[in-house]
Amino acid sequence: MTHGLGAGSARPQAIPAVTDTPLLELHGITKRFGDLVANDAIDLDVRPGEVHALLGENGAGKSTLMNVLYGLYSPDEGRITMDGKPLRLKSPRDAIEAGIGMVHQHFMLIPVMTVTENIVLAHEPRNGPMLDYGAARTAVRELSERYGLAVSPDARVEEIGVAQQQRVEILKALFRSARVLILDEPTAVLTPQEAGELFEVVRSLRERGTAIIFITHKLNEVLEIADRITVLRRGKAVATQPAAGATEQQLAELMVGRSVLLHVEKQPSSPGEPLLQISDLVVRDVRGLEAVRGLSLEVRAGEIVGIAGVDGNGQTELIEAITGLTSPVSGRIAVAGADITGRGARIAFDGGVGHIPEDRHRFGLVLDFTLSENLATHEYRRSPESTAGIIWPRRMATRAKALLEEFDVRGGEPQTHAGALSGGNQQKVVIAREVSGDRRVLVAAQPTRGLDVGAIEFVHRRLVAERDAGRAILLVSYELEEILSLSDRVLVMYEGRIVAEHGPDATETQLGVEMTGGGRAAAG
Amino acid sequence: MTRVRAWLRAHGPGILLPVATTVLAFLIGGLVVLLTGHDPIAAYRAIWNGTGITYLFPWTPAEDKTFAALNLQQTLLITTPLVLTALAVAFPYRCGMFNIGGQGQYTVGIVGAIWVGTRWPHMSKPAHLFLALAAAAAAGAIWGGIAGVLKAVSGAHEVISTIMLNWIAIYGAQWLFELGGPMQGSQPDVPQSSEVASSARLPAIWGTLQPLHAGFYLAIAALVVYYVLINRTTFGFGVRAVGLNADAARASGIPVARNYVAALAVGGAFAGLAGACDVLGWEFHIVTNDIAASQIGFIGIAVALLGRNTATGIAFSALLFGGLQVGTSTRSLDPSVFPPELAGNLAIIIQGLIILFIGAQLLLVYIWRARKRRHTDEPPPTVTTPPVGAGSL
Repeated sequence: MTHGLGAGSARPQAIPAVTDTPLLELHGITKRFGDLVANDAIDLDVRPGEVHALLGENGAGKSTLMNVLYGLYSPDEGRITMDGKPLRLKSPRDAIEAGIGMVHQHFMLIPVMTVTENIVLAHEPRNGPMLDYGAARTAVRELSERYGLAVSPDARVEEIGVAQQQRVEILKALFRSARVLILDEPTAVLTPQEAGELFEVVRSLRERGTAIIFITHKLNEVLEIADRITVLRRGKAVATQPAAGATEQQLAELMVGRSVLLHVEKQPSSPGEPLLQISDLVVRDVRGLEAVRGLSLEVRAGEIVGIAGVDGNGQTELIEAITGLTSPVSGRIAVAGADITGRGARIAFDGGVGHIPEDRHRFGLVLDFTLSENLATHEYRRSPESTAGIIWPRRMATRAKALLEEFDVRGGEPQTHAGALSGGNQQKVVIAREVSGDRRVLVAAQPTRGLDVGAIEFVHRRLVAERDAGRAILLVSYELEEILSLSDRVLVMYEGRIVAEHGPDATETQLGVEMTGGGRAAAG
Repeated sequence: MTRVRAWLRAHGPGILLPVATTVLAFLIGGLVVLLTGHDPIAAYRAIWNGTGITYLFPWTPAEDKTFAALNLQQTLLITTPLVLTALAVAFPYRCGMFNIGGQGQYTVGIVGAIWVGTRWPHMSKPAHLFLALAAAAAAGAIWGGIAGVLKAVSGAHEVISTIMLNWIAIYGAQWLFELGGPMQGSQPDVPQSSEVASSARLPAIWGTLQPLHAGFYLAIAALVVYYVLINRTTFGFGVRAVGLNADAARASGIPVARNYVAALAVGGAFAGLAGACDVLGWEFHIVTNDIAASQIGFIGIAVALLGRNTATGIAFSALLFGGLQVGTSTRSLDPSVFPPELAGNLAIIIQGLIILFIGAQLLLVYIWRARKRRHTDEPPPTVTTPPVGAGSL
């Protein structure tokens, strides 16, 4: 972790590295939504040639603060200065003109347009009323060489990979002369290798004097890339400190406000009889292409099997086939010996498959249903929840109350609407429903996606507890760290097949290589 | 006290908004009256008297009550099918669908009721009446169910398919009853159906001149059935789950396609019963020209929206629309105060304003929710739910 002195000789346009004069300063930013204080008198500054990490749990106020900075919200109190001069930001356009660029977590690119067109959009070099494509192309090429961000200027955005698209976003901001660049959870969509490349880009930007605000909840990244760190908790900036000397444990405690267990503590597994058996499974995706191509695997009672892989290698289709949401083309899925292949979601659940879906808002919960109703979406047709087609809301509530207590769901009564809970507590509701009763197999897809440190700890502990209770758990996650800390066995999935199997001691590097096709270089 | 406050917090906005909407529509309607050179207060009072609601007040003098009773019978006579066509919208709405096909389902209900009601004149009364009602409900259910099947099988949007089914029903019914049509009545030069046999008529329950019939009880029963079906049955649970989040319902093993078909079929059955109420209750035959002129199914959409798709809301808003229709009719309104021709248009203006304001509210609610969503770090929930009508009763 060097402070950017390498990378050859300084170019004429490069500004000297870290100075102590802030480029951008936020003073006492307060933003209220009704009774909720999303940002409470937050001070933050970034210097040229500095990476300033903004760390915080979901709901801590990171997004609100960045939306204030990007002109999407106007703050109730406080002021923003750039080069010591006050800024009035009424819209993103004002922010862009002031030299603030933002790379959103979900890219804002136009798929059918070329890389060049996307970069120059709204600031096009013109030739009369027409776009001067040649000039635009030269400008893009020059910019990409200057910052070492390789892109193909004439490729259409829909044809290039996610990592490339992210570079296009960064170039777009630089083309608009951004001096402050906000990166919102930039590694969430990248493989470890791609993340490494991104960090190189960030370092090279830092050397050229760009001030970077790096938003993340991944502690290891913060320590790797940041110069200074500001931790937000419940709308307040609880600490701003140099990255040197900080530890993951200390940062986690600042974020959550109490001591947390970062690494899952578990005993070695003692697998029993096979509960989930999949053989020669072939599943088509929505476009009719084979996404799972002859996959076989087995999960035994009392073990967690993790599936590592880059998003889009058939994981979604595999999960849908196991949980009965889609019918496989061929192959067999059996739970404790009983065939459930292609017989629908109800049969799969009744056969013993619980499912923690990847997208909890879309597939996990009915947000406008009460918790009592959400917990009953499997059981409502059975006694005591209903008799002869008549449901008994009081009995549902009684059952819900017990489950909510058992799974420590905070801020939720049986009559609370699911949408009113925090993400972590919503996930607890999903888990409570999916493991209740006689579920032998639990399919957990990205079970901690979007959750904060405290909730992640709960979910991980609960998964281990379910393992120890003798369930077979299949964990699908795009976070290698999660796979490695939870799994008793790791399977690597690539292009619809299992390409490697490891014990719990596999390394990220090894998996990262196999995830991208075994030794072949990562795209981009 | 706290209970009252909790109830108000939960239901207050749901009651206040429709009431404010209605008041605003009447205020603007008053301005229109003023522009025509009439006194809006006197006009509204005359319309109010025309509805016959005054009959219910103990302080109304006895000599006025006779006339008020006649008017109230007419108001309730119109309110009855409006309740049913509104339920035809409300039930599929809770399953996440917008049924515009109430008019068509009402029309096939009429055909079904007439078909049974004009045959077998010697059948016993309860059996014949029951069969005629059942035929109407079944015809409506099939008509709604077709749109449901199309949606479930091919994803055809119910708004489009129900509109098209409306025209098929209307043109089909016109063909059936026109001169030379297969169901035309016995008079060869009159394009209308035969008379419904007395054994298939809904019994009168109040009045003699054009009395209120037992279909009124049927409408009240339908409101209760709607409430119980939605809130207290496993069927309703599945319908609501699909309506609020079809993906989550599917992941939980609730059959989404089957619920689409069933919800539209139930809605169609309500509309079919509305048709039966009109032809078995007071019209007793159908005139070909009236088929395309009828608006009962379409007004039902406005009734359901104003009533926020709840049973009580629909009861009140159906009464409002029914009263407005009768209060402005030539028969009820005092022409020396406000000419009924103008009043009829006024009723349409007020109905239109109410629909416009409800549309605006839906938009406001949508924008407000979208703004609120941006205020959190959480990824936005996918909004598959219609923004209103998710309350209880």
